[in-house]
Amino acid sequence: MSAAISPKIQRRNNRSAFMGFALVAGMVALGFAAVPLYNLFCRVTGFGGTPQIVDQAKASTVAIGTQTITVRFDANTDSALPWEFAPEQVSDQMTIGTRDMAIYTAENLTNQPITGRAGYNVTPVQAGKYFNKIQCFCFTEQTLQPGEKVRMPVLYYVDPAILEDEDTKNIEEITLSYTFYRVDPDNVGG
Amino acid sequence: MTTIAATAGDMHDHAHDHDDKPAFFARWFLSTNHKDIGTLYLIFAIVAGIIGGFISGLMRVELAEPGVQYLGQWASYLQGSPATLDESYHLWNVLITAHGLIMVFFMVMPAMIGGFGNWFVPLMIGAPDMAFPRMNNISFWLLVPAFALLLGSTFVPGGSGLGAGTGWTVYAPLSTNGSVGPAVDMAILSLHLAGASSILGAVNFITTIFNMRAPGMTLNKMPLFVWSVLVTAFLLLLALPVLAAAITMLLTDRNFNTAFFDAAGGGDPVLYQHLFWFFGHPEVYIMILPGFGMISHIVATFSKKPVFGYLGMAYAMVAIGVVGFVVWAHHMFTVGLTVNMKIYFTAATMVIAVPTGIKIFSWIATMWGGSLSLKTPMVWALGFIFMFTVGGVTGVVLANGGVDDNLHDTYYVVAHFHYVLSLGAVFSIFAGFYYWFPKMSGRHYSELLGQLHFWVFFIGVNIVFFPQHFLGVQGMPRRYPDYPEQFAYWNEISTFGYVVMAAGMLIFFVNIGYALVAGRRAEGNYWGEGATTLEWTLSSPPPFHQFETLPTIK
Repeated sequence: MSAAISPKIQRRNNRSAFMGFALVAGMVALGFAAVPLYNLFCRVTGFGGTPQIVDQAKASTVAIGTQTITVRFDANTDSALPWEFAPEQVSDQMTIGTRDMAIYTAENLTNQPITGRAGYNVTPVQAGKYFNKIQCFCFTEQTLQPGEKVRMPVLYYVDPAILEDEDTKNIEEITLSYTFYRVDPDNVGG
Repeated sequence: MTTIAATAGDMHDHAHDHDDKPAFFARWFLSTNHKDIGTLYLIFAIVAGIIGGFISGLMRVELAEPGVQYLGQWASYLQGSPATLDESYHLWNVLITAHGLIMVFFMVMPAMIGGFGNWFVPLMIGAPDMAFPRMNNISFWLLVPAFALLLGSTFVPGGSGLGAGTGWTVYAPLSTNGSVGPAVDMAILSLHLAGASSILGAVNFITTIFNMRAPGMTLNKMPLFVWSVLVTAFLLLLALPVLAAAITMLLTDRNFNTAFFDAAGGGDPVLYQHLFWFFGHPEVYIMILPGFGMISHIVATFSKKPVFGYLGMAYAMVAIGVVGFVVWAHHMFTVGLTVNMKIYFTAATMVIAVPTGIKIFSWIATMWGGSLSLKTPMVWALGFIFMFTVGGVTGVVLANGGVDDNLHDTYYVVAHFHYVLSLGAVFSIFAGFYYWFPKMSGRHYSELLGQLHFWVFFIGVNIVFFPQHFLGVQGMPRRYPDYPEQFAYWNEISTFGYVVMAAGMLIFFVNIGYALVAGRRAEGNYWGEGATTLEWTLSSPPPFHQFETLPTIK
């Protein structure tokens, strides 16, 4: 090149460039780390209407409140999944803090076995962190034989803390929504 | 700004006697010279700008009247068989995608950072060249295959028709489940290559600016353009890898059965939007900051005064860069954010108006009491300040989460970002181009044609974009080729404005042709006493290798 760069400058240049590329590598890693972090963030904070999953032990410690709240049940299927999927009961009025069970039914309308998997969400999204599920069929794969019909229970309660949060204390109705997607072993995430 | 005067008196011409340029192929295809690479970048940006501008012309023609008039014919022509209505609509998506990607990645960024950055950062800091001249060459030549991939994607299937029709944001699930065929893969790979090119360039700039400054040039004496490129380079290093990660996940979702953004597999498409805008918002500052730097020099030169509030100007750019990383979700106010998040992102976004205001007022204060001469670069700079302020004001309107619920994805947003980019960034590019063209080429352009170009272009783009505010407030959504009768009036006027703008561009090309063929020879410092940075101590064009004796800064 033109004016020769002194070895000292060259060393400093190499060090600067190394740090620059290290920064790039770090940001790429952060970009990918965003996926599990976002997932964790949603589960911990109930962000975007992600319900909480709790165990029996914790559920039994919850105080039962006096107010009631309406929970609506919504069921959807992906267009690629020929199943009949519906809640047995469209809505339920329950006392905040008590445990309640909802039943969804799914029926395979075809003459071949099909595997599905459900995603779920609650609205209003702010209610996510107070909506606790003790037992559910979330993200587990279900295989239905031709014409088979199953009943799937969801055991849940609404945390009384919902009444102390400015953003959620006026919520009178929470909708729990399930969507079943087809799991195609050859084309997951299709 | 600290006045910078070189003490090495013999820098002007002593390099001429051994100014040995390589032969044509080695000089332009194997180039390691920062000025030649800068020139290549500028030529590339002009070519990409012509293509991207032509595409916007196609869009304005289609939008001139309600109904779909031309898309069917164009789509039929493109695919060689009669196009269905869906294929015609898909062509529309392809056009908006290509226009956005070309203008962002292949016009504005190469012109500002690759072109002017390569040309003038080493000159302004008194360095003989960039720190890594060969890496500089790779940066440029990665852009060429990137552009070829993007253009090539137009001719392969991309879902409902030929080409990638995802918008420049490449949102999932449209870009994953919604676009079957290789077109979107090609567009994503094009972004990977363009991103790699920019990252290599950014590392090169940071190294050059930190280590290769002439003796005596401390960071706080650096010209503002160098400051702007330094901040931009850091934004590139922090933002582009996140885009690379996000679009890599798109690729694996498309081809390798992952479900990062697919709800059916437990993923979340909104996460893609978060990742994209974590890159996308800094990206808009990447496109405008070097413009800020150039405008500072031009306003100071033609006011014959040092720029007002040098340190404030430099650190305002740093502040814009830093705050720019924590406001991204204002692009996604309608995805279902909680009220608290909307409050935060609204407030944080409005905070950016403070450092931006510092810059606008400092430019005005620089002119205040100055000895103004309204030469071509200065009128472009004034045009920039005016347009950018208009775009900034509509930006503050859109920053409000509640208002944005109403205006999201309407033509109001289109008008806003074209005022800050198409008029802001592009005006600063033209200002810089006229400011430095004689320095780069050694030839003067025609002042008359330069002024004419400004006025025709200024009037044209304002006729194009100002009415789009009205359309947006009336509820016309973006990204549709068709619209109800009630929007016809302002759309027709907007299309008329495009014709005026295109005429302005013709004047520009005539002027360049004139300058290269018959332009008057330019002396070293043709702007006189207002121009104080180091590039003005050199001849026009500067010698092939400059600063063999390093200049010393007082």
